[in-house]
Amino acid sequence: MGSFPAILRSEWTKIRTVRSTVWTLVLVFLVTAALGALLSLLTKNNFADFRKNATTPFDATATSLSGIALGEIAMIVFGVLAIGNEYSSGMIRVSLAAVPQRGTLLTGKALVIGVLALLVSLLTAFVTFFLGQALLGDHRTTLGSPHVLRAVFGAAIFLTMLCLFSAGVTAMLHNQTLALGILVPFFFLLSPILSAVPKVKNVAHYFPDYAGRQMLTVFPEANTPYGWVGGFLVCGAWTLAALLGGAAVLKGRDA
Amino acid sequence: MIELHDLTKRYGDKLAVDGLTFQVPRGVVTGFLGPNGAGKSTTMRLILDLDRPTGGRVTIDGKGYGHLNEPLKYIGALLEATAVHPGRTAHNHLLWLAQSNRIPVGRVDEVLALVGLTEVAHKRARGFSLGMRQRLGIASALLGDPEILMFDEPVNGLDPEGILWIRNLMKRLATEGRTVFVSSHLMSEMALTAEHLVVIGKGRLLADLPMAEFIERNSRSVVRLRTPHPEQLLDALTRQSITAVPGPDGSFEVSGGDPAQLGDLAAAHGVTLHELSLQRASLEEAFMQMTADAVEYHAGPAARPGIDAAGATGTWGEQWQPAGGRGSEKKQQKGAN
Repeated sequence: MGSFPAILRSEWTKIRTVRSTVWTLVLVFLVTAALGALLSLLTKNNFADFRKNATTPFDATATSLSGIALGEIAMIVFGVLAIGNEYSSGMIRVSLAAVPQRGTLLTGKALVIGVLALLVSLLTAFVTFFLGQALLGDHRTTLGSPHVLRAVFGAAIFLTMLCLFSAGVTAMLHNQTLALGILVPFFFLLSPILSAVPKVKNVAHYFPDYAGRQMLTVFPEANTPYGWVGGFLVCGAWTLAALLGGAAVLKGRDA
Repeated sequence: MIELHDLTKRYGDKLAVDGLTFQVPRGVVTGFLGPNGAGKSTTMRLILDLDRPTGGRVTIDGKGYGHLNEPLKYIGALLEATAVHPGRTAHNHLLWLAQSNRIPVGRVDEVLALVGLTEVAHKRARGFSLGMRQRLGIASALLGDPEILMFDEPVNGLDPEGILWIRNLMKRLATEGRTVFVSSHLMSEMALTAEHLVVIGKGRLLADLPMAEFIERNSRSVVRLRTPHPEQLLDALTRQSITAVPGPDGSFEVSGGDPAQLGDLAAAHGVTLHELSLQRASLEEAFMQMTADAVEYHAGPAARPGIDAAGATGTWGEQWQPAGGRGSEKKQQKGAN
């Protein structure tokens, strides 16, 4: 058996030495923070308008974190690229010749991708939160208010899980272009649309992104069948399933 | 030592490797020959456990590849030169490889110098020529200072200088006592470097013998004579019980003859000679005959190699057309993912 720390070091080198992966992470931060700031500012300036027909209390946390809707796409792309660029370049054969224990290799990869995604997500979530609150003025909330700290951490966990889910799906499809072509439209278009369609939305409520988003709401939406714990479990189950599926495909397949 | 036992690989309904059993001898260069689509690359992927065998097994020093501890220290392989992320520098590509097998990082610069890539070490692989990628692939094979080296068609796409460099490198590696297993579809190339020869066709073993034996067995030579007075020449030859057969363009050929002796004989009988030449049958031709039934792509009848020994120089890549259907393109198809 090869040494696991050696595999981690090697995988870390792989990630940091390619520009595309580094830039998608920078993009996660920039897009989430910028969009969150913009929406917070808009909300403050048009607060009365926006809240005219509101039935639920104003969620200052979710407002400041709303840039995640776009930032998650960058995170999904990162998850796909981190795994998929090995397949697109044929490098996967070099990797497997160096570390023939395929399960161990994928575990090391997922661990490095996951930790890196978590760190970037935490930074993104907290900076975005504070930036948004500063711009919300009188309508702001604080980390000390009920559920707010959990929601900010939840945002980071949500992004990390989406990243690992995408990584797992890419390992299953063993094709970067295909993975991007399926995941991005699914999360950007299909899932939001389906979760608004009557009847279909009962199913769509169990999609990984909808479930994961429950982790970052302070005041749950009406008609959601579960709370933030349920959201964590559903999104986590999707992530685990994708990673296990990826491992099974990688182990069984000719490289 | 690499040992294959009844190794078999099936893709769908096509047998790519069909019951291969042979050993790669220690400390010499072994040429692994076969026409395109014979299963050479598949066999190499099976050795590295990249593809899973349908039957049989491969061992390296008695162990399966998956059970080697830090395998790059046992066996280094160049499979395809394109297997580098285009956005990563040569140095960083070797760095992650070294780290994965706990090879000292200083070794990266050593192998880069060894293959002559020091100057472009911090350039992205995107701009590398095929020759540079090939060198980088060889650097990654040498990284772990392994006992066994495996190269898949290493001279493909190289310029003459690069080909010479690879040839010398393989010889040097063998003189250092390393085992070198190198595939090629060019017999002439292997005759220059390999000491041992393994030939396969359609996934089956066709020959497994020392190169010297192969050369001895197949290097028959012919002396070609041309004269305006054929009757006199044949008469003189017959008196010495030398058999001559008609050759191309009205010439005569004496199998295994000595040009000096035949020249003297003609002079003694006062026969004018317009040609007296030694023709060697090329090894390429012998190889082609051996694999004739096993080639995946057959030429049209007009392009079929003739018996004319002087003509065959190994250019049998032209005008080939598919005859065996799909499957032989497996490698390329897989590579396209």
